[in-house]
Amino acid sequence: MVPELGQFALVLAFVVALTQGILPLAGAARGNAAWMSVARPAAYGQLVLIAIAFAVLTYALVTGDFTVAYVANNTNSKLPLGFRVIALWGGHEGSLLLWMLILSLWTVAVALFSRRLPEEMAARVLGVMGLIAAGFLAFTLFTSNPFDRLLPGPPDGRDLNPLLQDRGMMFHPPLLYMGYVGFSVAYAFAMAALLSGRLDAVWARWSRPWTTAAWVFLTLGNGFGSWWAYYVLGWGGWWFWDPVENSSFMPWLLGTALIHSLAVTEKRGSFRSWTVLLAIVTFGFSLLGTFLVRSSVLTSVHAFATDPARGVFILAFLVVVVGGSLALYAWRGSRIRPEGGRFALLSRESLLLTNNVLLAAATGTVMLGTLYPLFLDALGLGKVSVGTPYFDAVFVPVIAPALFLMGVGPIARWKKASLPELAVRLRWALGISLAIALLLPFALGRWSPMLSFGFALAAWIAATSAVSLWDRIKQAPSGTSAWTRLSGVSRAFYGMLLAHVGMAVLIAGVTLDKGYESDKEVRMEAGDTVEVGGYVFRFDGVTKEAGPNYAADRATIQVIRSGENVATLYPSTRTYFSQQSPIKKSAIDRGFTRDLIVLLGDALNANTWLVRVRYKPFVEWIWGGVLLMVLGGLLAAADRRYRLAAPGWRDEPHLAAVRYAQPAPEAGGRKIMALTQEVDRG
Amino acid sequence: MGKALVLAFLLLAGGTGWAKEAAPAAEDPRLEQRMMAIAAELRCLVCQGQSVANSEADLAKDMRNLMREKLREGQNERDIIEFMVARYGDFVLWRPPFKATTLLLWLGPLLLVAAGLFALFRRLARERAEGEIELSEADHARAATLLGSAADQEPR
Repeated sequence: MVPELGQFALVLAFVVALTQGILPLAGAARGNAAWMSVARPAAYGQLVLIAIAFAVLTYALVTGDFTVAYVANNTNSKLPLGFRVIALWGGHEGSLLLWMLILSLWTVAVALFSRRLPEEMAARVLGVMGLIAAGFLAFTLFTSNPFDRLLPGPPDGRDLNPLLQDRGMMFHPPLLYMGYVGFSVAYAFAMAALLSGRLDAVWARWSRPWTTAAWVFLTLGNGFGSWWAYYVLGWGGWWFWDPVENSSFMPWLLGTALIHSLAVTEKRGSFRSWTVLLAIVTFGFSLLGTFLVRSSVLTSVHAFATDPARGVFILAFLVVVVGGSLALYAWRGSRIRPEGGRFALLSRESLLLTNNVLLAAATGTVMLGTLYPLFLDALGLGKVSVGTPYFDAVFVPVIAPALFLMGVGPIARWKKASLPELAVRLRWALGISLAIALLLPFALGRWSPMLSFGFALAAWIAATSAVSLWDRIKQAPSGTSAWTRLSGVSRAFYGMLLAHVGMAVLIAGVTLDKGYESDKEVRMEAGDTVEVGGYVFRFDGVTKEAGPNYAADRATIQVIRSGENVATLYPSTRTYFSQQSPIKKSAIDRGFTRDLIVLLGDALNANTWLVRVRYKPFVEWIWGGVLLMVLGGLLAAADRRYRLAAPGWRDEPHLAAVRYAQPAPEAGGRKIMALTQEVDRG
Repeated sequence: MGKALVLAFLLLAGGTGWAKEAAPAAEDPRLEQRMMAIAAELRCLVCQGQSVANSEADLAKDMRNLMREKLREGQNERDIIEFMVARYGDFVLWRPPFKATTLLLWLGPLLLVAAGLFALFRRLARERAEGEIELSEADHARAATLLGSAADQEPR
């Protein structure tokens, strides 16, 4: 009886979502305030209904109700309680429910924090989000109902995929979905702006903190996924160019482009049509990611679904959403002119735009590699595999110029920069990074062109960040104290610096890890030692260990450095009762300057085991860099100007008069835009 | 003779509790390294998106053994990759070969960057050609009034 309640809640949520999608949009178009006022209550109602469905499925999982197909397919009676809860997003239907819960959370957040927005704008944003929710609810109800019954119920269920039985599973999918789905807010703002014809700096200011928040979650989700893969998959790899990784990496690349182009649109009124297009396409890539993961087109560890009807539905949904938005863009986009503040071929604007183009090309490159095998196969032109060697070869050359420009952009002036002046301001940063690139590899004992290149990029980004902070501080009137100068700089600027430095730290981590990692695979008996990276590993034998739903062989390994015990590691091999092949659990000793990984291999005889030991210098810096980027994003989103009264139609009618007069094209419009710029710069 | 006996005794005793340096898993570590470098380029055909280098599947183990053997026989990396392609097709390569059907795959990234930058610079050049906007004195005055009333809106 209880599962049916969940199903009923989903059906109701679908009806509410349709209402939320249709009435407010129609109301905004016809100026009907009553219809528009439906948007907020509908958003709240939807959250309540989806939360009920979510709670019902959790209840079924926790109580082990195997008459529910989803429960029977993803848990069994021996699965520990925590993993039963997590199993909610361990399978296809449950992941969708999580997707929708997160969408309704974002929708309610928008409903709550959009009180300053003009009523039509809020109604349109919430309406668009309602339509997205309706699409996903229809998908769930018609092709992937989590409450489908399995009658009579089996005595016991299958198990949750053992690779997913890990604490990482608790955070990775929700964070990733918060990011993916968060871009629906940026998308909804862009659609609302297109529908109203009001694409301007105010629109950019409204959607900026939302976009940054989504980007923060996606950054965290991707970083966490990589951190998790690193310890769960065991071989010390942290990025595999797996199609599923790629499908959450593509929206990240585009989202990164989007937050930068939104910055320019807000500050300078430029790039508006490009920003709108990016907002549409970024969400499109989030949907594409969902399609790739949730249909069976990709065969990878992440793909759970095997029903083609689902793939066709999501593909159709993707075509309708992206196709429809692009049609709207083509129709209304022509009105977006004039294009705002002018800028020279060399200016901060043009550099940011170049970086946007490079990020888009990088996204296209990842997409090409991810989808090429599918298309080739579908066209009957043969089967190929596209993997790490391909991506390493093509992605680095595309992204490297963007990383270089990351250093120049923040230093260049808006409107018009001069090359000689840039050269003067950047000479120290250039000198320092070249020196580091040439000297550091020799100091560390091994040189290769890629090592120098990686160090040069990392040092360049860090050094130019320092230069741009210095420039900022110098602008303060002379005589002010260092503290006043530093605290006079906006949070948004510090956020940008922190995120850029995070990228530098990440590149340094990647370079050091790739360049100086070392490993050994050895045969060990109790008492044997092996030395890697200056650490001695002593094998103290293997003991049997019984888990709740698995049996394991667990090795004890002492790590010794200069006679002192540094760590005791317990790598193991687990055999889950529900699975044939064993799962290898590596053991990692993490550190600021190095990670040590130990993996227990096969037993060669009763006393001898294969053991693999890895030394990975500075690998944690990769995730340290990710965390810095996340902090930077949070700081930027928390900038005080988003909390101050945003200049809207209500507060400052005189500004609205300048901004929203829809003038005759060309000259008149340009003039007004130029005026608006001056106002903005005030 | 006495020394040799002591040494033999120590070696035997090593296995029973004395700390000794563990033997490498591979008989020839350098050959193993070469083999793994090739294996990283090859797809484990029965796995889900793994390379032959980091798969524990039987097929991958067999392939690694085969490659060891071939390297020992004196074949080089290229011979082995050619052999694998002849046996399993292009599908086995993680780095697809450059040929007619993969032209777009390999040239695509370059095309994307070139087309993007070309479109960008054309656009920027065109906008520049349209000229700067002149603001009259009256315009500036109007801007100043607006600025005055909006000055407190965004402290920097």
